[in-house]
Amino acid sequence: MELVCPAGNLPSLKAAVDNGANAVYVGFKDDTNARHFAGLNFTERTFEKAIRYAQDRGRKVYVAINTFPQPKGFDRWKAAVDQAAAYGVDALILADIGVLDYASSHWPELRLHLSVQASVTSAEGISFYHENFGIRRVVLPRVLSVSQVAHVITQSPVPVEVFGFGSLCVMVEGRCLLSSYATGRSPNTYGACSPASHVRWEETGDGTNTRLNGVLIDHYGEGEKAGYPTLCKGRFQVGEHTFYALEEPTSLNTLSILPELKKMGVSAIKVEGRQRSPAYVAQVTAVMRAAIDQCLSNPDDYQPKDQWMDELAEVSEGSQTTLGAYHRPWQ
Amino acid sequence: MLDFYQQAADSAADIIYLGEVICSKRRLVKPEDWVAIGNELKQGGKEVILSSLTLLEAASEMSSLKRLCQNDAFMVEANDISAVHMLSTAGKNFVTGPSVNIYNSRSLKLLARKGLKRWVLPVELGLETLRDLQSDRPEGVETEVFALGRLPLAYSARCYTARSHNLPKDDCQFKCLDYPDGSLLKTREDQPFLVLNGIQTQSALTHQVLDLFPNLVSLGVDVMRISPQHSHTMEIIEIFDAARKGAGLGPLGEKLLSLLPLGACNGYLLEQAGMHFALEGTHATQQAT
Repeated sequence: MELVCPAGNLPSLKAAVDNGANAVYVGFKDDTNARHFAGLNFTERTFEKAIRYAQDRGRKVYVAINTFPQPKGFDRWKAAVDQAAAYGVDALILADIGVLDYASSHWPELRLHLSVQASVTSAEGISFYHENFGIRRVVLPRVLSVSQVAHVITQSPVPVEVFGFGSLCVMVEGRCLLSSYATGRSPNTYGACSPASHVRWEETGDGTNTRLNGVLIDHYGEGEKAGYPTLCKGRFQVGEHTFYALEEPTSLNTLSILPELKKMGVSAIKVEGRQRSPAYVAQVTAVMRAAIDQCLSNPDDYQPKDQWMDELAEVSEGSQTTLGAYHRPWQ
Repeated sequence: MLDFYQQAADSAADIIYLGEVICSKRRLVKPEDWVAIGNELKQGGKEVILSSLTLLEAASEMSSLKRLCQNDAFMVEANDISAVHMLSTAGKNFVTGPSVNIYNSRSLKLLARKGLKRWVLPVELGLETLRDLQSDRPEGVETEVFALGRLPLAYSARCYTARSHNLPKDDCQFKCLDYPDGSLLKTREDQPFLVLNGIQTQSALTHQVLDLFPNLVSLGVDVMRISPQHSHTMEIIEIFDAARKGAGLGPLGEKLLSLLPLGACNGYLLEQAGMHFALEGTHATQQAT
């Protein structure tokens, strides 16, 4: 069971490698990847260093080119594929049918993974990408229960990677347009959700308002810690009630079900968070490495340690974690 | 429900999409009933398409999808790539709905080779991109635009309607039946923002392209999709029918606005936030300056 960790810059990549990631995934400095944030991601120069650092230590580098190009931008996505391929990356993580078609026909030897952004939840869907583009791994969206993941694995023509830790998308990835409805920019088109360019923090007489392109996402009273206004994690009114109508600010944490994931044949565990700090990457990678090692060596006696849970909670949204859709009652 | 389809049969609509696309637990109309309704509509001269579920999770949903794709009476609208695969490997032609991501010509062409006969522009894309896609459109593929309705924005494993009643999805008690137009989500400043429709999240405002009708026609759009609302759907069809026959858009637009539950938006088509409402003229001026 491979541990795949995020890196938004070179220090994060080193942190992932040094703390035991088997593979690190990165993106270029433009809208070809789904973490298109200011100050993040790799230029050609840092990319070269990143690949050398990881591969010299026997680790893999995957490049996420997982947004959806429109006709005017398509050449940028082709250039990203070509650049990654030329540097000898271990795999590309792709979502768009057109980009997959380009990559598989121009770089037939290059290993392709199907991004979570492709929004594929069934073996039937995976087969489409396997037969047409020869994908060799799929990353499943965070909408399936544990038993549904197990079922997909039994039928899937390729190995399956799942999310193990990090910020939780509550909508099926690749088909969520909430962000562009409010701001004009979505993960699909722009590579960012609830983009910082549209965020406003407002001190009011009785606390803080957080807005996204003018829309009030949440209000925090005096002394209440204000969170980033991710659209699906605000408090809204439905009927008589004001509450986290879609989801609380919380992170996914699968430490408690690692043995189950292993047993059902999950091939890789992904950590979310290319936008997070090198310290986050180091801490989460170290905990996940220790947990996976223990789970692999002694699955029957495996128990997540309190210390691991505490360390992950520290770097979680709202300091709380959930099993998300893996756990049926969450749904 | 059946009244609705009776009215649809008598309406000016040329094509009618049937079926449950959101939640497999909604079975007020069973698959065989959809086929029966479809047969009646077809006899009345309508083109009928059976629509597939958008987010597939359970094995039982895959079995239903398989049966749907095996039907020989009607073409299927694939709302997920699973359906695209089933239909293309069976050698059947198909339509893709707005939740199948076709953002560029290379994707459109590949799916055309698989049997795509009509596609719906993803709702977050604008006129510029539509123009580029139309200029390079493969032979024999029709283009459809989501012309009126609350925007389908997101799908989740979680049922938000059940959640708003503090119920888990497995014990949803079919609460969504109480909200035929969905359940309104407002900001804490009372701004209507989204609508909860079970596992789907929609826009609170109704996306409408009436003001841009001439632009869409000049771009060679073949089909305009009207997504039904709880009331006034037939009047809305009449408005769009009048527009295609050349009636003045000003008065039609005013009448249309009066029929929508909470007002209109069209920002997506003008490369803006989807929730905005802008006129093409204003936009063109802004672009020029």
